[in-house]
Amino acid sequence: MSFVEYSDFIQDGDVAVVYLGHDSMMPVKVQQGAQTQTRYGVIRHSTDLIGQRYGSKVTCSKGGWVHVLHPTPELWTVTLPHRTQILYTTDIATITMMLELKPGSVVCESGTGSGSLSHAILRTVAPTGHLHTVEFHQQRAEKVAEEFKEHRVGHLVTVRNQDVCKDGFGVTGVADAVFLDIPSPWEAVGHAKAALKRQGGRVCSFSPCIEQVQKTCEALAHQGFEEISPLEVLLRVHDVRTVSLPLPDFGPDASSAQTPPDAREGTPRYGSVALKTTTAPREMPGHTGYLTFATKPRT
Amino acid sequence: MADNGDDDPQYTIKEGDHVVLKRGDIFKAIQVLPKKKVIFEKQWFFLDNAVGQLYSSTFEIVSGNLQPKKPKDTEGSSDAKEAGTDNRHIVDDGKSQKLTRDDIETLKEQGLKGQEIIQQLIDNSSTFRDKTEYAQDKYIKKKKKKYENTVTILKPSCRILAMMYHGREPGKICHLRYDALAQMLTLANIHAGSKVLVFETCAGLVLGSVMERMGGYGSVIQMYPGGGPGRAGMESFGLPAHFHDMLHDFPICHVNALLAGTLDTTAKDQSAVEKQSNMAADEEQNQPEVKQQVSPEEKSMETNTGDDAALDQETKERDQRREAKAEEKKVKLEEKRKKLAAVASLLEGRNADGLIIASRFHPCPVLMGLLKFLSPSRPFVVHSQYKEPLIECYTKLREQGGTVNLRLTDTWLRHYQVLPNRTHPLLLMSGGGGYLLSGTTVATDRAKPGGSQRSEEPAPKRQKLTDTEG
Repeated sequence: MSFVEYSDFIQDGDVAVVYLGHDSMMPVKVQQGAQTQTRYGVIRHSTDLIGQRYGSKVTCSKGGWVHVLHPTPELWTVTLPHRTQILYTTDIATITMMLELKPGSVVCESGTGSGSLSHAILRTVAPTGHLHTVEFHQQRAEKVAEEFKEHRVGHLVTVRNQDVCKDGFGVTGVADAVFLDIPSPWEAVGHAKAALKRQGGRVCSFSPCIEQVQKTCEALAHQGFEEISPLEVLLRVHDVRTVSLPLPDFGPDASSAQTPPDAREGTPRYGSVALKTTTAPREMPGHTGYLTFATKPRT
Repeated sequence: MADNGDDDPQYTIKEGDHVVLKRGDIFKAIQVLPKKKVIFEKQWFFLDNAVGQLYSSTFEIVSGNLQPKKPKDTEGSSDAKEAGTDNRHIVDDGKSQKLTRDDIETLKEQGLKGQEIIQQLIDNSSTFRDKTEYAQDKYIKKKKKKYENTVTILKPSCRILAMMYHGREPGKICHLRYDALAQMLTLANIHAGSKVLVFETCAGLVLGSVMERMGGYGSVIQMYPGGGPGRAGMESFGLPAHFHDMLHDFPICHVNALLAGTLDTTAKDQSAVEKQSNMAADEEQNQPEVKQQVSPEEKSMETNTGDDAALDQETKERDQRREAKAEEKKVKLEEKRKKLAAVASLLEGRNADGLIIASRFHPCPVLMGLLKFLSPSRPFVVHSQYKEPLIECYTKLREQGGTVNLRLTDTWLRHYQVLPNRTHPLLLMSGGGGYLLSGTTVATDRAKPGGSQRSEEPAPKRQKLTDTEG
């Protein structure tokens, strides 16, 4: 198992994702002899997981069963332990495309936070690219570095514990893309420019507030960035349901001769129609943050 | 990974390169060919002068040729800063511009540059000075769009081509908006080293995007309908030659046969565990199947040659030529057969790592047919311009089992104008970029039918299932 390479069977030391039901999953560190509690009972790692095929059904002690999935950055995003607010897949997907990431890309990122975006970047730039990620919170930086190792992507990433606004990314002239998710991105735009290759590159800043975007755009323009393009992307989920729509009774129709004589009271003359359709969730995330993209021209 | 100099060939435009022309928000993909007339935004020109220049350079079109634009002469900064406070005195009587259409044409003929023409327009506008500063900016921007004849040459990328297709020919890509494509690539966990199935009728845009994301590592199998695999959009990516080594194709008209064929020979397959011997065996197994396809053509050829020989001796020469042709055809068919066998062996393991579908076909049969080739615990994504067929897919998958994490979604995308004191969403936005159904495969117990599998589910979970299902 690795976050950048599939394997077929679960091995000791892997991180697996236990699928309990729709929108209910948990990550499990697979360890010889260890046990994991779920609402369907205990999973014994030695017998239930190790040596099993990813995607197979595992019967828990109470008789219920779960599926064990191979980890992906997307599954990690919905199961990872939150140490900060995190980026979700909809924004991550947009960032990955608009930053033009691909195998071999060198990317700078700050802050690392809980590592949700970092894992997705690593997946895309592997096996020849590299991620330089900067996190000013020491414990978070240490914790995420540990996770990268556990997920077998440690060789693709350098974690630095410093303040990007003061100290930059620790590298200059190497990056194809820079991503900023910090409270005052405008203070790091200069460092972003320095980190990017002389031939140019792409930059993205994620900010929840429009005032931050305003200041960042100003700083980007001031530093000579081009194609400055702020946008917002939201996910809309459609729940598939069968709904039943009752038909109203208009009473006997005089014009139609063949009205069935079922004038008895209480029996609905017209039934209802069952329909497969989708409904909108009652509530949905209506705002995550603005994504501001820009291009650094060749200098 | 080190910073390569400008002499690095990947940064220079070469003859034969696939490039993208850009002016404002308008893109056009084109191949750089000598003495080839290009029409872009109602202007024609030759790209010959771009060869040897750096990517992302901007050129001015001067009498049909490209001239590198000096980076200095941007913004002629209209120094006459005189502006009104609002538009109460501006009347639209159509008389504010003193230059006529003909005047402007003469200016153009005199060889005035875009910037100079705009200055002339400003000088001859009676209302420009009364406009607010913001309105003046807007006026200049509008005129610039009309009179500037610059073009920037970019290296193609998934982002640029997806935006280009969406802007120019959304019908050709099944109205797949770029952010929806971005979701697909991420949800399908497309990455280097995996084995991905692609079924698309989006001119090759999806295929090219997948190949770009895989960086030449792993294999991409394009499952194609009918005549042949559509790939024009993929060519526009200008991917390095070795990327094409990972691309395979397989006609979906053989999918049923392939699935049935493996069923017949499962015993043999299992006995040959080693991959090498497996491949050889696969090839053998495929032979009869392919021959069947070919046989009618071959038969007609044989009878033809036989008749000719019996009837007329003079036609011997023609006969020979025909035979040579037939031989050539045979070799080609043999090659084709070998290729097909190779792809079949890639598919037969049913161990693909991802599946992406974006087509004008009904997604249901496509998804049901191709899902069988995935390993368990692998993602798949289906795009459709319409929601209803994806509801059908969803329903069928729930009945059939073998998938989890099913989600029917679409994305909403809004661009913003950010200017001091004038920040707001753009007035126009895309109404929709299509719907996505995504999910993950899981192992199925082949012994039990789908029904009993569901009844096995623990009570709380079933509760949940019925919840979401209705």
